[in-house]
Amino acid sequence: MTDHMMTPRTAPVDPRDRGGPAQPMLIVDGMKKYFPIRAGVFNRKVAEVKAVDDVSFYVVKGETLGIVGESGCGKSTLARLLMHLIEKDAGELILDGDLVGGSTGVLLDGLRRALQMVFQDSSSSLNPRLPIEQSVAYGPKVQGASGKSAKAQARSLMEKVGLNPNLFGQRYPHELSGGQKQRVNIARALALAPRLLILDEAVSALDKSVEAQVLNLLGDIKKQLNLTYIFISHDLHVVRYISDRVMVMYLGQLVEIGPADQIYEAPKHPYTQALLACRLSMDPEARVDAAPLAGDPPSPVSPPSGCRFHTRCAFVEDVCKAKTPKLGDVLKLSADKHLAACHMVHPDSGHSRAPAHATAA
Amino acid sequence: MTDAVADSSLRPPASRPASAVRVRSYWGSVWHRLRYDYVTLFCLVLIIAIVLTAVFAPLISPMDPYKSSMAHRLRPIGYHNYLLGTDEQGRDILSRMLYGGRVSLTMGILPVALATIIGGLFGVVAGYFGGKVNMLIMRTMDVFFAFPSVLLAVAISGSLGGGITNQLLTLTVVLIPPLCRVAETATSQVRTMDFVDAARSTGASTLSILFTHVLINVMSPVLVYASTLVSVSIILASGLSFLGLGVSPPTADWGLMLSTLRQSIYVQPIVSAIPGVAILITSIAFNLLSDGLRQAMDVRA
Amino acid sequence: MNAMTSPDLSQATPHPAPFLRVEDLRVKFVSRDATVRAVNGISFNLERGKVLCVIGESGSGKSVMMRSLLRLHPKKRTVIEGTMMVGEHDIGAVSDRAMTQLRGSLISMVFQEPMTALDPLYTVGDQIAETVRRHEGLSKEAAWARALELLELVRVPSPERRLKAYPHELSGGLRQRAVIAMALSCRPSLLLADEPTTALDASVQIQILVLLRKIQQEMGMSMIFVTHDLGVAAQIADQVAVMYAGRIIEYGNARDVLLNPQHPYTKAMLAATAKDQDRNLPLEAIAGNPPDLRALPDGCSFAPRCKYAGPDCIVTMPPPVTDIRGHMARCFKVEAADGPLAFDERVAEPA
Repeated sequence: MTDHMMTPRTAPVDPRDRGGPAQPMLIVDGMKKYFPIRAGVFNRKVAEVKAVDDVSFYVVKGETLGIVGESGCGKSTLARLLMHLIEKDAGELILDGDLVGGSTGVLLDGLRRALQMVFQDSSSSLNPRLPIEQSVAYGPKVQGASGKSAKAQARSLMEKVGLNPNLFGQRYPHELSGGQKQRVNIARALALAPRLLILDEAVSALDKSVEAQVLNLLGDIKKQLNLTYIFISHDLHVVRYISDRVMVMYLGQLVEIGPADQIYEAPKHPYTQALLACRLSMDPEARVDAAPLAGDPPSPVSPPSGCRFHTRCAFVEDVCKAKTPKLGDVLKLSADKHLAACHMVHPDSGHSRAPAHATAA
Repeated sequence: MTDAVADSSLRPPASRPASAVRVRSYWGSVWHRLRYDYVTLFCLVLIIAIVLTAVFAPLISPMDPYKSSMAHRLRPIGYHNYLLGTDEQGRDILSRMLYGGRVSLTMGILPVALATIIGGLFGVVAGYFGGKVNMLIMRTMDVFFAFPSVLLAVAISGSLGGGITNQLLTLTVVLIPPLCRVAETATSQVRTMDFVDAARSTGASTLSILFTHVLINVMSPVLVYASTLVSVSIILASGLSFLGLGVSPPTADWGLMLSTLRQSIYVQPIVSAIPGVAILITSIAFNLLSDGLRQAMDVRA
Repeated sequence: MNAMTSPDLSQATPHPAPFLRVEDLRVKFVSRDATVRAVNGISFNLERGKVLCVIGESGSGKSVMMRSLLRLHPKKRTVIEGTMMVGEHDIGAVSDRAMTQLRGSLISMVFQEPMTALDPLYTVGDQIAETVRRHEGLSKEAAWARALELLELVRVPSPERRLKAYPHELSGGLRQRAVIAMALSCRPSLLLADEPTTALDASVQIQILVLLRKIQQEMGMSMIFVTHDLGVAAQIADQVAVMYAGRIIEYGNARDVLLNPQHPYTKAMLAATAKDQDRNLPLEAIAGNPPDLRALPDGCSFAPRCKYAGPDCIVTMPPPVTDIRGHMARCFKVEAADGPLAFDERVAEPA
C-alpha cells in the first residue's frame, strides 16, 4: 500500500497531484460511443445506437459529481468509457492535466490505477468462486505486489470498509449479504489507491438501512483518502444527498449541469423538472394523480430531431423540433455555473418563453 | 467513523450459537451436499470399485484371460472354477471381464480427459475473445457436430484403421466439439459478468483474467458435462470394437467380448450378456454420478 | 415464543367480515442443514377494495408471505401453519386442483422482474389470450379481443401493435404493464404485487403506481403490495404493515405509520432514507444486519440493533399494542393509554 493510504492526510495537497489543485481531476471532451446494430447474413451494420453522443464535462478535485437519468440515457456506458472498458468512438480524456493515451499522455496503466469503478451490487460483481480476500488482493497482485503484501493490503482494506478480515476473508460472495458484498466491491476498487472512484448504481440494489451504512462509508473514505467521486444513480434522493454537482443525461446527451442545490431547487431544463417531480413523497396525502413524465424515452437508435426531449416536453414549440439547443461551453466555464440545454433558457433562441436579453447565466 | 461502519463487521451480539452458521469453502459445501446424496455416493463407490478391479486385474483374476480350453467352451455361470463361465474359446469370462475393464475404462476416461482439455481450451478462447476468433473455432466445430457421433466415429476410425491408439484418437476427436460448445457457452456468460470488467480495470493481462476468473467458473459446467460423456465414450468404444474398428482380438475388451459372444446367445444367453451388463452398469453409474455432481456443484442450491 | 394475540383490527374498522384474513401464519423452510423461520406468526385482515402495503427489507419474510397466499412454495420442504382465508376459501385447506383454479381468478400476482414473468418465445397477445382461455374457456377470437381490451385497460399505447410484439421488443415499463394485464385477465379479487416497480425507472415507476391505484379502485380489487421503498408505500397504501424478521412489527393507516411511526425500526428506517439531508452530516444508519432467520433471537428481533432496547427486549417478544385507530406496534416502549400510540423516548439504563 502506498504511504498515502496508511496516513490519511488533512492537507488538501496530494503528492500524486500533478496539475495543481485547480486542475480538474478529469476532463472529458466530446466523448462519443455509437454501438453498431448488425443484422443479416453478412453481419452488416444496419443502424447505430447513439449511446453517448458528444458529452463533455469535467470533475473538480475532491468533489462528488452525480449523474442522473433514466435507463438507456447512456450513464452506464459513459462510466465504462471512462474506465476504458469499451472503446470510445471519439473524444478525449484528460486526467489531472495529462492526456490519456496518445504519444505524450499518461498510459492506460496509469489511468487504471488512478480511476477505479464500483459496480452495482448484483450476483455478477464478485467472482463466485474466489474467497473475497482474494478478490480484493487481485488488483495489487496484478500490479506487481507479492502475494504476502497483497494479502496484507486486502486485509487492511477490508478493515477500512468495515469487514473483519478474520471473519469474512475466507468467505465466498454467496455467503455475504448485499451490503457486505458492496463493501467488498468498494475495498476492491480502493486496492490500487485510486484518486477517482466511479460509483455506478453502487447502492441501488441495497435495502434502505444498508444503503445508509454504505453511503456513510463512502463519505468517510472519501475524506480519509482524499478521493473524488462520480456517482451514477437513478435514485434522485441519494444523488442529492451525496453530490456537490449534478449532471442530467437524456438519450446520450448532457442536458443540464450545475451545483446540486441549484439543480434540485431551481431546475432549468423541463426534463430535469419532470424527473424531480417523479420523486415520491413520504406523505400519503400528497399523492400524484398523473405521472409527470409520460411514456418511455424514445429509442436512441433514431433520436428525435432538434431537442431530443421535445417528444415528451410540455413546452414544445417549433424551434425545439428544428434546432438543437446548446448547453454552452461546459469546459470553459467555472464549476459553479448552472447550465441547461433548453431553448427556454437561452435568450433569443426563438422560443416564446426564452428570456429577451442575455442576462441569464 | 460512524457506528454503522464499525459495527457491521461484527454481527450484532445476539444470542446466536456459533455453530448455527458455519462457513464452508466451495468444495467443502459441494462435499457436504454430496454426503447425503446416497445414489450419487453409491455410484461413486461402484465406479471406484470397477476402476480398482481393472487396475489390479493381474493380481485378482483367477485365470489367464488368454488361455483357451477347447474342452470347456461356453460353460454356464459357476461351472467348476469358472465363476462367470467361459466363452466360445473356453477362456474364463471373469478374468477377461477384469482385463477387459482396463481397456474399456481407458476408452471411457482417457478420450474424455483429452477432449476436455483440448475442447475446453478452444471453447474458452472462442468464448472469451468472441468475434472472428469465435466464428472460426465454432464454425469448425459445427462441421464435426453436424454428423451423428457414431457415424463420425466410424468414419474416422475407418480411415485411420483399428488399434487402441487410433480408437483413442477417434473418440477424442468425436468428443471435442460438444465439450468445446459447452465451454464456449459458459465462457461467454462469464465474460459479461462485472467481475471480469473489474479485473480488466485493474490492468490485469488477459491470461491472468482467464486463469483467475474465467477458468474457475467455467470448470464446473464443463466437468459435469465431461462426466456424462464418459459413458458415451465407453459405449462408442464398445460399438467400434463390436464393428471390428477398435481393438482387435484376442485383446480382452467389453465391446469386443459382446461382439463375439453374440453368436452364442442361444447357447449361453446369460454368459453372453455379461459384458453388455457391465457396460450398462458402468455407463449408468457415470451418468448418475454426473447428475449428482451437477446438483452438488450448483452454488445457489 | 410467547402467546400471540392478533391485533383485533375488525373492531377498529367498522366494516363487516374482512375479505382476506390471515391468522398466526408461520412459514418454515426445512432442510438438512437448518430450519429457516421466514414468517413467524403474522395476522392481519384486509377489506374488499383496500390496499395493504407490506414494507420490509430483504429477509423480512414479505415475499414468502405473499407466495404462501398463492401456495407457491415447494411442498416438500415448506411447513406452513396458521389460517389464510380469502373470501370463503381456506387457502390452507383447498385441494391442489382447486388451488390451480383459484390462482389467476381469485388471487393473482405481479412479480418484480417482468422479463422472467413473460415467456420470451410467445407474443404478448398470445400469452394474455392463453391465460384468458385457460380460465374462462373463451374462443380464440374472443380471447384475443379480451387481450386487446386488457392492454387498453393498462394504458399501453397502440395496443394492437403491442399484442403482436415479443417481450424483448418492449421497454421495461410496457413489459410490466403487460404482466399486470395478464394478472388482471381473469378479474381477480385479490392482486398480490411483489415489488412490481423496483426494477423500473422513477419516471416509469410513478406511471405504474398511478395505474395500479386507478385500476384497483375501478375494479374494487383488494391488493397487497410489497415494497422496501417507503415512498412507494405512501403513494399506494391504505394500510401499511412493516415487517421485520418474519413478524409484523407495526401496522396501521398509511398516514399513521408513515408520518407518525412508533416502532423504533420504522423510525430508524425513515431516518436512514436519504431525503434532502445535510450532505455534510452522515445519515442515521441502522447499525448491524437483520438477524439470521436460521437462528432467531428469543426476544424482539430488532433488539440487537435497537438503540432503545432494554433488558426485557432480549428476553421476550413484545406483544402488540393497538390504539383506537387500529395503529399497532410491537414494542415495550410503546403505550396506548387512551389516545393514539405514544413512544417512550427514554433510553433504558444498561443492566
